[in-house]
Amino acid sequence: MQAWTDLVLILVILTNLALAGLSSFGTCVRVLAFQGVLLGLVTVGVQQGDLSLHTLVLVAGIVAIKGLVFPRLLLRAVREAGVRHEVEPFIGFATSLLIGTLALPLAMWLTSHLPRVGPAVPPLLIPTAFHAILIGLLLIVSRRKAVTQVLGYLALENGIFIFGVGLVRQATLLVEMGILLDVFVAVFVMGIAIFHISREFDHIDTDRLSLLKE
Amino acid sequence: MRIASLCQLLLALVLAPLLPGVINKVKAFVAGRTGPPIVQLYHDMFKLLGKGAVYSETTTSVFRFAPLAGLAAVIVALTLLPIGSVRALLAFPGDLVLLAYLLGLMRFLTVIGALDTGSSFEGMGASREVQFSALAEPVLMLTMVALARQADNLSLSGIYPAITGNTWVQAGPALAMISAALLAVSLAENARIPVDDPNTHLELTMIHEVMVLDFSGPDLAFIHYAAALKLWVFGSLLVGLCLPLRTGQALADVGAFLAGMFLFATVIGIIESTMARLRLLRVPQMLVGAGAIAIVALVLVLR
Repeated sequence: MQAWTDLVLILVILTNLALAGLSSFGTCVRVLAFQGVLLGLVTVGVQQGDLSLHTLVLVAGIVAIKGLVFPRLLLRAVREAGVRHEVEPFIGFATSLLIGTLALPLAMWLTSHLPRVGPAVPPLLIPTAFHAILIGLLLIVSRRKAVTQVLGYLALENGIFIFGVGLVRQATLLVEMGILLDVFVAVFVMGIAIFHISREFDHIDTDRLSLLKE
Repeated sequence: MRIASLCQLLLALVLAPLLPGVINKVKAFVAGRTGPPIVQLYHDMFKLLGKGAVYSETTTSVFRFAPLAGLAAVIVALTLLPIGSVRALLAFPGDLVLLAYLLGLMRFLTVIGALDTGSSFEGMGASREVQFSALAEPVLMLTMVALARQADNLSLSGIYPAITGNTWVQAGPALAMISAALLAVSLAENARIPVDDPNTHLELTMIHEVMVLDFSGPDLAFIHYAAALKLWVFGSLLVGLCLPLRTGQALADVGAFLAGMFLFATVIGIIESTMARLRLLRVPQMLVGAGAIAIVALVLVLR
């Protein structure tokens, strides 16, 4: 069970790195969808066998929203924006990939300074959560296009979710479903915002929005 | 034990030219052709050895000794490689660094041989070769360091026997990532398809082939042989990692290893048949990606 959960967590780390190094929106969205499915598996793995109805409903919700609904919404936003690649990010793809890789030792160092959560949590869980959070932040600050920034926000949220799964194993269904709903609404709103930005200005470069005047 | 080590070195020297033959046969099979016989490279080499070499007036002695010295470097590299539980002829702590440097020396000799011709075309190939290997070499070192940490040994002959099926059970994901990075490095270093197309001649995108255009006769035979041996070196690094069959019986180990080498050649043939060459600008990205995977593997092993 432990080795299986570790494998899933390592796959999450690799999908994070793929997000940092890939330029095509479509591929990034699919990678993120795969990560959403992996999150469901992480949830199952952390429960260590005692699958309750609560967990099953939560896993089904995660996989449905992060693996199916978000990709559809985002792919539609990408199609409507008419831009298929991130162009000239503030930090290049190779550099982002290297920074993303170095974020992993940083995440492990951060984890080693936290109090132990308990023996039941896989040792790789918290570093993976930090890594996803760091990658999300990197994507948000280093990319020009609004779509990639939304992807960064989702990676960040995935990290926080993994963190939550590890810490609050018995959190109520209501709270977790509520968070999922919040994120869903946020992505929905951002999809609409991307559409409006691209219709208004013929591009979705957010850095150029700072030049707006009255 | 020494005899066994010597035998496995001779085996490598004799069988290495089969690998390109197997790759070409697989590619021909996928494309629906008959293809050249598997032993084609032996025929080519014997034919070239019987011919005289032509030297341009602008070349110096560097051009003449480069192929032979490159072949010598890669043969010394082969003496460091163990097969299964059979130790290598030369084994000492830190020989994995020597392996990387011998491969680097071989590349350096090919490059100065190419530059010595004074041809701008070969200079371009040399520049590309050096650029890509500058990215590939750190990846190779990272994978070696991760393996050394995993096996807790600094010698190749200590590392490879320590990797068993049990190691795969304990640290499977890390080993799988190391294998993936090693495969990417071997494709880049041996000028195989996602990086360089060995079949295209006189095309502006080629890397390795452009550097050897001016060599002829025995020199060209040495270069072909050295390239086949280099492929064998990377193949044995990868096969020793992916097929951890350590029965203790030298014959069984070597048999499994040879089967693994042919599998390695088949996999390369399949990759070459199914993939297109990457654009030159994308090659560094692929190598940086392999480096990122190697670093993650190293972090996991260090944990």
